[in-house]
Amino acid sequence: MDFEPSSEQQMLIDQVRRFVREEIIPLEAKLDPDSSELPPDDFKRLTDKTKAMGLFGIDIPREFGGPDIDIVTRVLLAIEMAQHRAGLYVPCYGTFGGAGLAQIFEANEDQKERYLYPTLRGEKKAFFGLTEPSGGSDPARAIQTRAERKDNGWVLNGSKIFISNADRAQYGIVFARTDASKGRAGITCFIVDSDTPGFHVRRVVHTLRSSHYATELEFKDCWVSDHQVLGEVNKGFAVANDRLTRQRIPYAAGCIGVAIAAHEMAIEWAKMRTTFGEKLANRQAVQWMLVDNEIDIRTARHFTLEAAEKARRGLPFRTEAAIAKLTASEGGGRVVDRAMQIHGGMGMTKDLPLERWYREMRIRRVGEGPSEVQRMVIAREILGSNLR
Amino acid sequence: MSIRLRLDKPWQLLTAEAAARLPGQLGVYQIADAKGAILYIGQAGARSPFGLRSELLREAKERGAGCQFRVEVNMQYRSRWFELLMVHQADHGALPPDNAKNPPPVLGRLSPA
Ligand SMILES: Cc1cc2nc3c(=O)[nH]c(=O)nc-3n(C[C@H](O)[C@H](O)[C@H](O)COP(=O)(O)OP(=O)(O)OC[C@H]3O[C@@H](n4cnc5c(N)ncnc54)[C@H](O)[C@@H]3O)c2cc1C
Repeated sequence: MDFEPSSEQQMLIDQVRRFVREEIIPLEAKLDPDSSELPPDDFKRLTDKTKAMGLFGIDIPREFGGPDIDIVTRVLLAIEMAQHRAGLYVPCYGTFGGAGLAQIFEANEDQKERYLYPTLRGEKKAFFGLTEPSGGSDPARAIQTRAERKDNGWVLNGSKIFISNADRAQYGIVFARTDASKGRAGITCFIVDSDTPGFHVRRVVHTLRSSHYATELEFKDCWVSDHQVLGEVNKGFAVANDRLTRQRIPYAAGCIGVAIAAHEMAIEWAKMRTTFGEKLANRQAVQWMLVDNEIDIRTARHFTLEAAEKARRGLPFRTEAAIAKLTASEGGGRVVDRAMQIHGGMGMTKDLPLERWYREMRIRRVGEGPSEVQRMVIAREILGSNLR
Repeated sequence: MSIRLRLDKPWQLLTAEAAARLPGQLGVYQIADAKGAILYIGQAGARSPFGLRSELLREAKERGAGCQFRVEVNMQYRSRWFELLMVHQADHGALPPDNAKNPPPVLGRLSPA
């Protein structure tokens, strides 16, 4: 496959690259190094710019009013958008708009009116509530939050952990067990408004990602009506499966963007810094670190674009998406680590973005399906789907 | 594992001398009036030259006599700062008066148990 960008893609890449370098990076110099949000005036000004560029709402499908961007181009742009300090989790501080959660596109018309369209207009924010204290890698078995039938609706009881944005969201998608006897086929997906009685955001969960934090939720006799069931009862995992796998591809691209930025910093530093009378760039030990960075980046870029290309062509891409997520998150971590080593003490400081990337990149090996789960997906493909 | 949501250390008198004894580390702090009513919740982030010491020296200078303070050294000063603001809002129905004058752009809601 040829992954050279077309001239149209290159034009968009250049546009986004310029936006990151001229608009985002200079603003970051004034923010706290762990910030994840821009002052409201800057946010508005830059959002107006992305609208003028025709790239606002970049993840919104065309039929819902988003720009017509295919997934390969989306990956190329995601690589550019991540190349700044906050870029891994909040690329360009959200100024390209969000699409909301994949599942909400599968909502019925009434739910679309109440949740999807306000989300696309930027009026509502959502959280994704799957992981529980009992485990997140294997949610089908781990989910203990129960939803029991009552008064034309369901009563939710249980807790969730590591849920990003729940304290700031107007609603969330919550997975709960509706049939204890059925394992995976006993989970239902609900839309829960944050002001529903019995819904509580109990605390901030402090992690390595210190500003875009996660939270712990509690559901205590939290009643939701039948109208809040997303998809079908007991078919919670069937909602938006394809879209969710698709999301893994730009997720991988974000890791590549950060890896490229760290690699470029390391190259520049190696060419500039002298030790024992010689530039670091002339030391084979340093050259090999840079070579390994290059290989990690090219590998991840190749596999991520391959996954995107298969998805674009409508071919099966589950295994390819798993390989992309794995190579980009693990390779990206190695690249940032080597870039820090080449920078020496400076690499450990908050003066440079490397330490933030190092912390946040570590989460990427666990979030959105841990490395081991991605390997399970790939192993199933190699060994046959009967593998348990 | 016990999780401490609230900062409940004893208050100390806010003076330049007390602030000068603080570590140069990152973290969060609270300022209260003489009776212990919280006036402000702040953070000492990586842009403070000497972390908590710089921030509290500045607070002591700007506020003059009659205030109290307490600090928590915390590398995750940013999420901890948001958490303390949200817990205060949940406990008192409003932000501390000096935070309310210049609130953070986005603040979530917590309902701590
Ligand atoms: C900062 C952050 C934000 C998050 N945001 C959200 C969110 O918004 N919504 C949400 O629902 N979740 C969220 N998560 C949760 C995340 O998806 C889970 O942490 C992840 O799915 C792993 O689940 P777990 O932590 O319970 O680990 P476990 O499931 O307990 O697994 C522990 C470890 O064992 C490994 N493992 C599991 N099974 C196997 C196996 N068969 N063979 C070998 N190794 C195995 C796993 O890979 C993992 O490394 C977030 C997590 C973090 C850290």
